[in-house]
Amino acid sequence: MDHYQAPDYYGVDELLTEEHKLVRGATRDWVKKEVSPIIEDYAQRAEFPKQLIQGLAEVGAFGPYIPEEYGGAGLDQISYGLMMQEIERGGSGIRSTCSVQSSLVMFPIYAYGTEEQRKKFLPRLASGDMLGCFGLTEPNHGSNPGGMETHYVDKGDHYLLNGAKLWISNSPYADVAVVWAKNEEGRVHGLLVERGMEGFSTPETHNKWSLRASATGELVFSDVKVPKENLLPGKSGLGAPLSCLDSARYGIAWGALGAAMDCYDTALRYAQERKQFGKPIAGFQLQQKKLAEMITEITKGQLLVWRLGTLKNEGRATGAQISMAKRNSVEIALKIARDARQVLGGMGITGDYPIMRHMMNLESVVTYEGTHDIHLLITGMDITGENAFK
Amino acid sequence: MKVLVCISHVPDTTTKIKFTEDNSALDKEGVQFVINPYDEFGLTRAVWLKEKEGAEVTVLTVGGAEVEPTLRKALAIGADNAIRVDQEATDGFQVAKQIAAVAEAEKYDLIITGRESIDYNGGQVGGMVAALLQQPFINACVGMEVEGDKAELIREIDGGKEKLSAQLPFVIGGQKGLVEESDLKIPNMRGIMQARKKPLDVRPPAETAPRTKVGTFEKPAPKGDVKMVDAENIEELVRLLHEEAKAL
Repeated sequence: MDHYQAPDYYGVDELLTEEHKLVRGATRDWVKKEVSPIIEDYAQRAEFPKQLIQGLAEVGAFGPYIPEEYGGAGLDQISYGLMMQEIERGGSGIRSTCSVQSSLVMFPIYAYGTEEQRKKFLPRLASGDMLGCFGLTEPNHGSNPGGMETHYVDKGDHYLLNGAKLWISNSPYADVAVVWAKNEEGRVHGLLVERGMEGFSTPETHNKWSLRASATGELVFSDVKVPKENLLPGKSGLGAPLSCLDSARYGIAWGALGAAMDCYDTALRYAQERKQFGKPIAGFQLQQKKLAEMITEITKGQLLVWRLGTLKNEGRATGAQISMAKRNSVEIALKIARDARQVLGGMGITGDYPIMRHMMNLESVVTYEGTHDIHLLITGMDITGENAFK
Repeated sequence: MKVLVCISHVPDTTTKIKFTEDNSALDKEGVQFVINPYDEFGLTRAVWLKEKEGAEVTVLTVGGAEVEPTLRKALAIGADNAIRVDQEATDGFQVAKQIAAVAEAEKYDLIITGRESIDYNGGQVGGMVAALLQQPFINACVGMEVEGDKAELIREIDGGKEKLSAQLPFVIGGQKGLVEESDLKIPNMRGIMQARKKPLDVRPPAETAPRTKVGTFEKPAPKGDVKMVDAENIEELVRLLHEEAKAL
């Protein structure tokens, strides 16, 4: 890690401001100090390094683009992206925690919450005193969230919530869950369900081969009485959770590139040092093909996310554009991880190098927050006007 | 209490050093610049003085506009304001003259420099600033406690440490020990945002001329191969020292 050279084949750094570079440098320093030395061990033991939450909060990884008055830093979207890139270079699981906290919990409370909800939750989420999670996916409804069964009934002085959510990052440790559920008319609304409410439990999902250093679980609601002031009033319908996903997917588009950069950097250095037949394997054409394709894809990806960040700063990035970037970044990151693993030969499967961990993590990233296939269909629908989902 | 921390803008420690074609200057293409590590210990100590004693911390660099990101980082870490003296830094004396000129106007209680900068390793600036200001200079300083206008200091000397007392104002050449590596602050996002609003004052240089001039740079010769000689074979060792190493 000490010798990590950030790939910048096209001088993309020149498109960044000094402040962007300072944000990236600070995040990189923090990851090097706090994440890199421990992440392999936690992933091997399938344990969430809970102690990092405080550090993530201190460096400002929770809600960096949320205004300062609510505990955020008020940074722009490119800064947020660069942070996610550097954090995922350390590990997708840690980046997932940040994505969930920032884009899926803080963002909806900021965008759709009341002033009381903002003041109650945002500063504590930013400071890491509270951890949040986001419940949309259900056991029977993944790519089709509109079919959700989780629902609530108006009981006069409270809502009565029933249902279950699955594949929820952070759920076992979350203090508050942003839960999407249907009202009696079948309209989707967001509810803030707090730990300790009767009938609310968060069983952990075990035996994962991916995101092992991240806690994943369920949200189970059995006659949970949710106070009426915990409803997010600002937006209803499926568009509300999907807007949160847009923000998170944007971060993933940057983050997956970070994982790809780490794999590329590892493979390049290994190929230059490892000798076979009397010369470094970097001198063999088939290794060069892998490395050259990696840097080509990373460079294209960097330009794509930078442009997307610029559009997002101007409020012009569309959901379909974000889908394209998320899908592209994860696809190339997975291919780069697999190729990099081959460059390292047998060493590539060990925990002495980060590649196999990244590769396994990316198998989740390619599916969560909109599957690889669904993102393709979003692009398809956007260019043809024809919906091929159903 | 007014504290000045002098910051050198230096190539990152992992930089592969190259020179321009005529070997007259460092080739800065692709080089990452950082806060001189010795200065960073001093900066962190100064930020502690700010947090505990309410000191006002100013950071200063002598250099062109390209050094400003380094000053912004120092502001993000916690300094209150920054001064850039707008002159290319060429030698230790010239830099010391610029710092002394600012210090004479601003009257700092404490000036912190690094023991040396890791680019040219001159180790001259702190001592020269102190001399120009006629203040005490404590070099290789590894500990400092300030109480009112008095300070207890520790500096490294050959084979040990020396404890000193000094009265403000004075100049120190700081290093690890002032704070530890684990104390160094990584700027957080709020700090970076606040740094945007903190003053960075660009000042015209005082009149001065460098007293040294660089001829050419060259890299150290690569290390030779190691030859192992059997411990019993003294004759071979003598022969090699005599004929190959020509040391005898």
